[in-house]
Order: sequence, then C-alpha cells, then structure tokens
Amino acid sequence: MVYEMDFTDTPVSTGTTIMAVEFDGGVVIGADSRTSSGPYVANRVTDKLTRITDKIYCCRSGSAADTQAIADIVAYSLNYHENQTSKDALVFEAASEFRNYCYNYRDSLLAGIIVAGWDEQRGGQVFSIPLGGMLTREPCTIGGSGSSFIYGYVREHFHEGMSKEECVKFVKTAVQHAIYHDGSSGGVVRVGIITKEGVERRLFYNTESGESEISGTGSSAILAQ
Amino acid sequence: MDLDLARNLPHAGFNFDNCKRNATLLSGGFKPPTTTKTGTTIVGIIYKDGVVLGADTRATEGPIVSDKNCAKIHYLAKNIYCCGAGTAADTERTTDIISSQLELHRLSTERDVRVVAANTMLKQMLFRYQGHISAALVLGGVDKTGPHIYCIHPHGSSDKLPYATMGSGSLAAMSVFESRWKPDMSEKEAKLLVRDAIAAGIFNDLGSGSNVDLCVIRKDSVEYLRNYELANKKGERQLDYRFDIGATRVLHSTISDMNITERIEVVPMETS
Repeated sequence: MVYEMDFTDTPVSTGTTIMAVEFDGGVVIGADSRTSSGPYVANRVTDKLTRITDKIYCCRSGSAADTQAIADIVAYSLNYHENQTSKDALVFEAASEFRNYCYNYRDSLLAGIIVAGWDEQRGGQVFSIPLGGMLTREPCTIGGSGSSFIYGYVREHFHEGMSKEECVKFVKTAVQHAIYHDGSSGGVVRVGIITKEGVERRLFYNTESGESEISGTGSSAILAQ
Repeated sequence: MDLDLARNLPHAGFNFDNCKRNATLLSGGFKPPTTTKTGTTIVGIIYKDGVVLGADTRATEGPIVSDKNCAKIHYLAKNIYCCGAGTAADTERTTDIISSQLELHRLSTERDVRVVAANTMLKQMLFRYQGHISAALVLGGVDKTGPHIYCIHPHGSSDKLPYATMGSGSLAAMSVFESRWKPDMSEKEAKLLVRDAIAAGIFNDLGSGSNVDLCVIRKDSVEYLRNYELANKKGERQLDYRFDIGATRVLHSTISDMNITERIEVVPMETS
C-alpha cells in the first residue's frame, strides 16, 4: 500500500563510522553524524560521541535505542560510583560495565561500542566492544558499517607514537573516506580529544577543506554546532 | 476477601491480552483486527523565545479515515506538550502515563519539571517495551534551561534537535524545514513555518489530512491553537438540482377513465 511508509516502523540505527586512537597523553575519538531509519536519514547532525563521565566517552554504533539505553545506564552508574568514592572512574571500569551489558544481553542487543578516555592510572585508553560482547584494548580501533571501507587506510597509515594533531588528522581523513564510500555514513565528522584537561570537541564539514563553505552562516553550520 | 478484591482490580498500564487473541486469529487463517493508526504529520521547532508544535488531524484505519478532526498534540505538563504519531491508542496512553508521572515528580521536587525528564521517562518506557508500543513522538517544551525539542522513536531512541518532524508526512514537512528554517525566528515566522510544514504533509501525504493544530509554548505561557487553520474546508454547493414546478413543458396529455372493481370475500371467523 502506498500510503503506509515502512520506515516509520523500522528501528532507528546508527549505520555508522566510528573510531578511536590512543596517543601519549590521551585519546582521539571520531564519528560521522548520520542516523538512519531504513532509507531515511532520521538525523543528519547526530552526536555519536556520548559522554559517560567528564573524561570517558563512548562511540555508539548499531541500534540507536540500544546504545543510548546502555550509555545512559552506564553514565548513571559511574556517576554514582564517582560520588561514592570521590574518585574519577577508570576507563576500564566503564568499558567493563559496557561489556557486561553487551555480553549478558547479546541476544537482544545490536550494539557495537568503543569506549575511550583518560584516567590517572593508565592514561589514554581505547577499548572495543564488538557485537558479541567481547572486550579488548587496542591502540587504534574502528567500528560501524563504514569501518569496512577503511581497514586498508588504517592499516597503512596508523602507527603508534603519533602526536595529538597527527591523530586528529588521521581520524578526520579516515572518517571522511568512510563517509565517501559508505551510504549509511554521512554528514559531518565529529572529533573529540580527551586528555588530562578534559574534552576538546572539533567539527569538520563535508567540504574539501573541512571548513564550512561560508563560515558562520547558513543553518547547516549552526545546526551541527 | 481483600485478595478477591485485588484480583478484580483492572491491570495498571498496558494490556496485552488481545495479542494472544490476534495470534490465535492469525494461526486460524483469519486477519487480526487492524489498529487505528495516525498516519500523521507532526512537527516541532525552536524559535527565539520558545517552541512551536504542530500536527495534522487525520486518523486512519487502513485506507479508511476514522477521524477527520482528532487531536494529536497531547498535554504532558503545563510547560511541556508532545505530538504523537503511530498507533493512536499507544500515543494517547503513553503520554497520559508520563503526564501523570511528571505531575507526581513536580509535586515531589516542588519544581517545574524539565523537558529532559520527560524525554528520559518516555524513552525508557518505550525501550522497555522493545518497540511494541508504536509511538513516534515529537516532544517540546520550555523550562528554566530554555526551549527544547526532542524526537523520540518507537524503539526508545531520541534525538535533540532544533527542528523535528515525525510520522508518514515527515518527509514533506522536513523538506519545508530544510529549505526555510533559520535560528532565532520570530513567533510569527515560526508559526507560519510550522503551518506550512503541516500543510505540506496534509496535501502531499495520503496518511495526513484535514486541519492544522498548533501549540506555542513560551517561557511563561502556552497557547494551544486547536484547528489553527481549516486547511480542508468543505466547499459550498453553488447550485442545486431541484427544478421549479412547471420547468418541464407539457407537450400533450391524455385522460382516460379507469374501471376499478373490488371484490370482497367474506371469511367466517373460527369459533371452535
């Protein structure tokens, strides 16, 4: 029937490109900004870099509902934990809690999550939790549907010991390549840099230079901020 | 005795008894009854000092329009309203339940409830039911932190946006927003833009139709504009098909006598 729009009933998923890289003193995380519902782009300025604590963020891929629900629960629990102990939560504690939910509910969840952040004990760390609920620490990891297009790029261009700015450039170009090749990834490239000082957010538009065409004007520029 | 009374109390929340009945119908080769869906256009935008919510007023049951003037903008709190698309019963029940919880929350905290609170409660409830509650919502309101619009999907995911559309007419409405939305609009501009977005849904989407409802929420006041515009006024008939007596000319007439005879047979009454 013509009048029934199928996408209104299909679950919303973040057909995504996400990635995270460790550097000396912190981590750089990146994501595209597309949320799709079947063939329809439900949100073109999504923020998939979700705050868990001040210095721990997660990159969400898979079902939007599932990943948001888990992120909300973990954020609540770690906030409670930090209040009770008067200490910042460790990145591993966050990743471990994410893993527990992803593993225990692996049959009913569709969630691929990257947990990244900085803590006093072990500095910048990146943890990957793919679909089955496994937890691994990696110096560089990619995820989401768009990641399959950039395995080659990442393998060729990633090397340990990159500086912060080198990491930002690497993440930016990798996500841009993924956006170019993957239909379910798109919009802008969002980058987060987590260090001892906290988070610094950066935004790169889908232009040659990565800057908005006419800076400061147009609704798209304001929207994505 | 008390236990018997408790047993007879109706269940709180949703009742899924009919799911079993529908499954039985389906297995027996019958079609289960269809739900009343609000194949809908609902929208919400943020403007300079508040939010404007909008909705069409058509409710459908498959190909049939079951209500030509239903209200899809629901009350949640005095500073928060919510547009609903999807199954009419689900959006109504969901907003009612959350509205009641928000009022209790306001009473216990002695503060005006925030829009984030409504968003969290709605998404947690929808997530708990794993998408079985077909409610696609556009939540809007103003609190001490400013104006907010949230878009909530049936599976429990939500997006915070400056402008949002939902329902089968969301594409038509979004095309209006994408071409004309700008930050810090005046109330007049905002109302016009929302009207046009809903009108786009009404005229270009088969699931949407009839009238435009608006709801303007400002910092300290709310204006619920039910039937802000009657987009589909029934046209008045200009002519009628009754003819004046004598409009048809009599060409010729014949008069003939008719012999009518009537025979009455007397049937004696049964007396035995």
